[in-house]
Amino acid sequence: MTTVPEKTDLVTLTIDGVQLSVPKDTLVIRAAEQVGVQVPRFCDHPLLAPVGACRQCLVDVPDAGNGRGFPKPQASCTLPVAEGMVVNTQATSPVADKAQQGIMEFLLINHPLDCPVCDKGGECPLQNQAMSNGRADSRFSARGGVKRTYPKPINISAQVLLDRERCVLCARCTRFSEQIAGDPFIALVERGALQQVGIYEREPFESYFSGNTIQICPVGALTSADYRFRSRPFDLVSTPSVAEHDACGSAIRIDHRRGKVMRRLAGNDPEVNEEWITDKDRFGFHYATEPDRLTYPQIREDGELRPASWPEAFAVAARGLSEAGGTGVLTGGRVTAEDAYAYSKFARVALGTNDIDFRSRPHSAEEAAFLAAEVVLRRTVTYADLESASTVVLAGLEPEDEAGMIFLRLRKAAGRAGSGGGTRVVSIAPYASRGLAKMHGQLVRTAPGDEAAALAALVAQGEFGIDKTAVILVGERLATVPGALSAAAGLAARTGARLAWVPRRAGDRGAVEAGCLPNLLPGGRPVADAGARVDVGADWGVDVPETPGRDADGIIAALGSGELGGVVVGGVDPDDTTDPAATRAALEAASFVVALELRETDVTRAADVVFPVAPVSDKAGTFVTWEGRPRPFEAVFSSPSSLPDLRILAGIAEELSALGVGRPLGFRTVAEARAEMEEMGPWDGERAVLGGSETALRPSSTTEEAGAGAPSSTTEGHFALATWKLMIDNGSLQDGDKAYRATGRAPVARLSPTAYDAHGPTVTLTGDRGSVTLPAEPAELDDDVVWVPANSFGNGVLADLASPGSRVTIAKGADQ
Amino acid sequence: MAQPKSQSRSMKEQFWDPVAGFGVTFRTMFKKVVTEQYPFEKQPTAPRFHGRHQLNRWPDGLEKCIGCELCAWACPADAIYVEGATNTDDADGEGRYSPGERYGRVYQINYLRCILCGLCIEACPTRALTMTNEYELADTTRADLIYEKSDLLAPLLPGMEQPPHPMRLGDDEGSYYRGEYGASAKEGDS
Ligand code: SF4
Ligand code: SF4
Ligand code: SF4
Ligand code: FES
Repeated sequence: MTTVPEKTDLVTLTIDGVQLSVPKDTLVIRAAEQVGVQVPRFCDHPLLAPVGACRQCLVDVPDAGNGRGFPKPQASCTLPVAEGMVVNTQATSPVADKAQQGIMEFLLINHPLDCPVCDKGGECPLQNQAMSNGRADSRFSARGGVKRTYPKPINISAQVLLDRERCVLCARCTRFSEQIAGDPFIALVERGALQQVGIYEREPFESYFSGNTIQICPVGALTSADYRFRSRPFDLVSTPSVAEHDACGSAIRIDHRRGKVMRRLAGNDPEVNEEWITDKDRFGFHYATEPDRLTYPQIREDGELRPASWPEAFAVAARGLSEAGGTGVLTGGRVTAEDAYAYSKFARVALGTNDIDFRSRPHSAEEAAFLAAEVVLRRTVTYADLESASTVVLAGLEPEDEAGMIFLRLRKAAGRAGSGGGTRVVSIAPYASRGLAKMHGQLVRTAPGDEAAALAALVAQGEFGIDKTAVILVGERLATVPGALSAAAGLAARTGARLAWVPRRAGDRGAVEAGCLPNLLPGGRPVADAGARVDVGADWGVDVPETPGRDADGIIAALGSGELGGVVVGGVDPDDTTDPAATRAALEAASFVVALELRETDVTRAADVVFPVAPVSDKAGTFVTWEGRPRPFEAVFSSPSSLPDLRILAGIAEELSALGVGRPLGFRTVAEARAEMEEMGPWDGERAVLGGSETALRPSSTTEEAGAGAPSSTTEGHFALATWKLMIDNGSLQDGDKAYRATGRAPVARLSPTAYDAHGPTVTLTGDRGSVTLPAEPAELDDDVVWVPANSFGNGVLADLASPGSRVTIAKGADQ
Repeated sequence: MAQPKSQSRSMKEQFWDPVAGFGVTFRTMFKKVVTEQYPFEKQPTAPRFHGRHQLNRWPDGLEKCIGCELCAWACPADAIYVEGATNTDDADGEGRYSPGERYGRVYQINYLRCILCGLCIEACPTRALTMTNEYELADTTRADLIYEKSDLLAPLLPGMEQPPHPMRLGDDEGSYYRGEYGASAKEGDS
């Protein structure tokens, strides 16, 4: 897609009297674009297989290249070019023009006069092409014809609505679902004038990518419940941006009116997301306008939070932090790279500590070492590489749920297997998910906790052919498996395969690059390296503390034990952390908590000073994709009362330095932070090595124990718990759109068939943190493994069920 | 130009002309006055004068506006702001303002911008928007000159009922649009 087709195989043809040479197999419709002729079309889409369904693109072909012409006009979107071919489009051929007008007349016979109430009105290819290539009058209604009508609209999912009268039967939506997303839950049914897009009665159109069908529908037949009747294209202002929901960095277009986001569309970036985005990226924007959004700073006075002015809040926060003793910084994984840099610098310069961690999820010291050694500054794998790789190994990663664009790329890459040379997808997972089947992948069935051994064993298995052309994608979940990340790095080192780390959140990779880790400084400079410390210290004008700091679990533990007094918390949800109860307790125990949040959370309720931060639509920034590709974006709205994290941190740092603690950050705007990051640049010295620096880290209390404490042998009646977050779940950034939430998958527990037979269709799981009753589903799991979605019920698995790596018991859930 | 000629001015020029002007004054005193006693007496405009807008209703009181924003699109002065929303057929009838699927939830015309050109009227596909002959569009604050939907809606005539309420004149919007709701009902247009 991104590479220019080789120019060796050129075919010369004549279109409208203009001779041109195009690569072999080019379709006439696209060759015509090169001579500046736009042939009208509906079904043709560059990323979908040609189908010739709508017949709008008819052209006259007086010579097909063999001296003979086609007797009838031909559909140019299914006709490949041939040497010596002569094509006349509507621009020069009255035959083609008449044929196109005739097709347009057919299409409009049953088309309703809905334009005034149709969401597509104003950006509708049918409207436009009826103007450019249609007749002004309708013979049908002039002679008293009665249009076929349907009741409308009908739901094909909670989110996607179908207006059958408006459909032009181009099959773009059904082809997308089948060819791209692999969720063929819609199809064209019936015949003739009654042909329509249908759903299977018992299978809902449940797809994480369904929103794309709305965008590519050339008419207003598919609309979203979310955007229906909300606005018109001509009163929307479009701003390009980057999706904030995962580490894929999808290009999006934000359409807004009067300071409110109306809808989001996929941008077109062939190197990243092509023209697709996930439904989460498309519909997940209401969180920023929820009623619990924080709009002014608050400080705690006599046990109650009260509104405060910005300068007062800065001063109170600075005073509190200066008196709190040791202070840790938890940034959360949603920050932009610039904000992450500000947190990183704030910790070192204003607080004088390396106690900073962006990981608000189960993690390990091994992971920090892995990130420093194998991830930071590395840009070894790109989306295009996924397509050219012979084998892609997925470990601790379910792309369909956790990285939608990787899923679509892998599906595209693997789908070519039929015609030879497709990518083989190998997944180290507890069971073959539907997503893996859609990627035509092979499963290396692995119980949770055994990933390290499975990775190590891969090299011996010749059938998977892991060599230099292979790519290993490790997910952030592997952090909870001791040794797994090292095993992945080892596998890569031994086979020459390329390795990439795929986090779930948009800010994770940027935070690694910006040094929001206890063992890393910005630009990949290891804390343990004296040269790196001096390098950073010279830029910042301070002495960077030389001992690596505590990681997030360590900070929580130290707050609990009183070793640390203060904590600065960014967007962290306690329920995401290794131990939600301990996190809450630590926030209670901490003598001073500064929270920078978008909406009211448990953290802000426990905080002493609360700063409202700008959502991504209100600030410029950069997300770094899992590939390491920076994706800068500009602010959509300018709202003076909505400040980015870095401005707030700068304010606190300035007040702190006035109290004689630390130094100011030296920047106040995103542009200044960007400039400073650029000036500092990446580290060109020695990288940290995996294994070497692990020991340099202070042991983090909980995970180490959990890792060691997890029984590795099967205990009777005890099940290993496999879990990950579904794409559409209870995450707080997905709040505010009921129709979108309703398209998510219902939470189920997956058991092996034997266990399913033993425990029945409803099971109650009990772990060390609680128990939960869920409907069960049989799946090809090991007999002692159970899978549940991580954040689709209650407060999530970590809060309500079990600690990471622990085991659960299963009982029949009788009463449900 | 003090010329000797001035001495040769005729008697008419010297004596009649200076008072003749007063004749005009005198004659006019007995003519019908053309002065308009506005604002004490209002004068009717030409019948098709472009005055303040009105949002019309169907004979049962439902709004004709479907919130399509075409008037806003047509407006050269960007004086109109519309937001559409979905009608619903709830049991209590609380969700329906117009026949059909869509209605204008927000409708504003800013008379500080409006140049009363009438292009919006031409754009309106439902004849929801028409113009009255009302020309008294002055006020003391800017905010008051942004007319809301409630200010623009036609008054309820006898037989009309304030929306929201269910469709009274037919089962679907088609019977409204085709005028199938009986000869007895009169158009709500003014
Ligand atoms: S699909 Fe296009 S032509 Fe059809 S009603 Fe909608 S805007 Fe009009
Ligand atoms: S619903 Fe839209 S995309 Fe699907 S077949 Fe009809 S016109 Fe094409
Ligand atoms: S007044 Fe007419 S043109 Fe304007 S929004 Fe309403 S229906 Fe559309
Ligand atoms: S575009 Fe060629 S048949 Fe539809």
